[in-house]
Amino acid sequence: MTVLAPRTVDELERILADSPDHTILSGGTDLMVEVNLHGRRPTAIVSLRSVEELHAWTFDHERVTIGAAVPYATMEVGELAGLVPALAQAARTVGSPQIRAAGTLGGNLGTCSPAGDGLPVLSALEATVHIRGNGDRRDVPFADFMVGVKRNALRAGEFVHSVSIPRVDGWQGYAKVGTRNAMVIANASTCLVRDRSAGRVRVALGAVGPTILRCPEAESWLAANSDLRGNTPPSADVRAEFSRLVSQASRPIDDHRSTAEYRRHAVGVLARRLLERSYQ
Amino acid sequence: MSTPSGIGSENYSLTVNGRSHDVKDSWIGESLLYVLRERLGLPGAKGACEQGECGSCTVVVDGRAVCSCLVLAASVVDTSIVTVEGLGDGGRLSDVQQAFLDCGGVQCGFCTPGFIVAVHHLLESVPDPDDHQIREALSGNICSCTGYGRILEAVQQVAVARRSK
Repeated sequence: MTVLAPRTVDELERILADSPDHTILSGGTDLMVEVNLHGRRPTAIVSLRSVEELHAWTFDHERVTIGAAVPYATMEVGELAGLVPALAQAARTVGSPQIRAAGTLGGNLGTCSPAGDGLPVLSALEATVHIRGNGDRRDVPFADFMVGVKRNALRAGEFVHSVSIPRVDGWQGYAKVGTRNAMVIANASTCLVRDRSAGRVRVALGAVGPTILRCPEAESWLAANSDLRGNTPPSADVRAEFSRLVSQASRPIDDHRSTAEYRRHAVGVLARRLLERSYQ
Repeated sequence: MSTPSGIGSENYSLTVNGRSHDVKDSWIGESLLYVLRERLGLPGAKGACEQGECGSCTVVVDGRAVCSCLVLAASVVDTSIVTVEGLGDGGRLSDVQQAFLDCGGVQCGFCTPGFIVAVHHLLESVPDPDDHQIREALSGNICSCTGYGRILEAVQQVAVARRSK
């Protein structure tokens, strides 16, 4: 086993083109658990620690672009938190301060767990994943990036360079249910975006299906039955029906963290609460 | 075009508490926690869960408090690492360590080094933390003996003492 520490994106790309079986190490919060406890023995590891370009983020009037190796700690406070509040809320729920100092958005995308906290936010905000590799660049909408449980659209030799998140005129929030406040992996999670100028709401669900799930029926029903542009909150009946439609869009399973029944209920409650918060 | 700095061999060096240490004949997949304890004779960071959940292995790498069990040692060759051994002053306890003793924030002591590192890190960035900030900063460190009341008290005591200096 070897460890390589490229300093530039070009070097990283070359290493992966030559040996596509290299394992990428970002914050280590997933990979090192596999190595420590599950006997994973990669033949070669490429560390992103020294690839400066991947640690940067930028923004303009239209979008915020976050490098793959930016840690959650950078997203949860300061300017970036103001630009993408739902991502900041999701980042604050990740593990502990130690985990947030290490874990990255690129790692969330690389692992592609349905419980990944950043992923419902990328789904609801309709983010684009910028992929490099094999001398090429591809931009993939998040909806096409995650293809299954811990499976993504990356091909051999490719890596996540950054993610672009469109800026939205409106409200956005993330909520999550777990067994306690800190150090918890989501039993169920929800991101809601109320786009005022488009008069649309977008809802994405985590940990209730093989991928992050959107709720097209609940989204269009709410747009037709409430004032998403203004400040008048939907009635209790409308909120209840919206909640029911969100629950209906989930496809949860029973596992060691929770039951399908509870998860289906929880995402409906979370979506309703987020909708209410968007009018407060 | 520069060459990627490959660390193919099992020998590399780490800068821990301001000193350079050679790591020889190791397996390249070892965690920083393992290397500190088993190869460099620095057993302050404790290994319990080895999956980033308990905080007892907390060290500061490159200015960030992280779980050393989740750091690949061979990937942090070019940076500064601070462990609990680097916080006291020539055999004297740091103010945080002394406050943990004064307040009774130590029982079995296993989680203590991780807490001490996390508290030093907190007070460097937030010298005057409120109760919520302290609880949040220590939410990744688990103590199964004393509970957290006396630990929180110790942090407040240090913050007050540092302000009055």
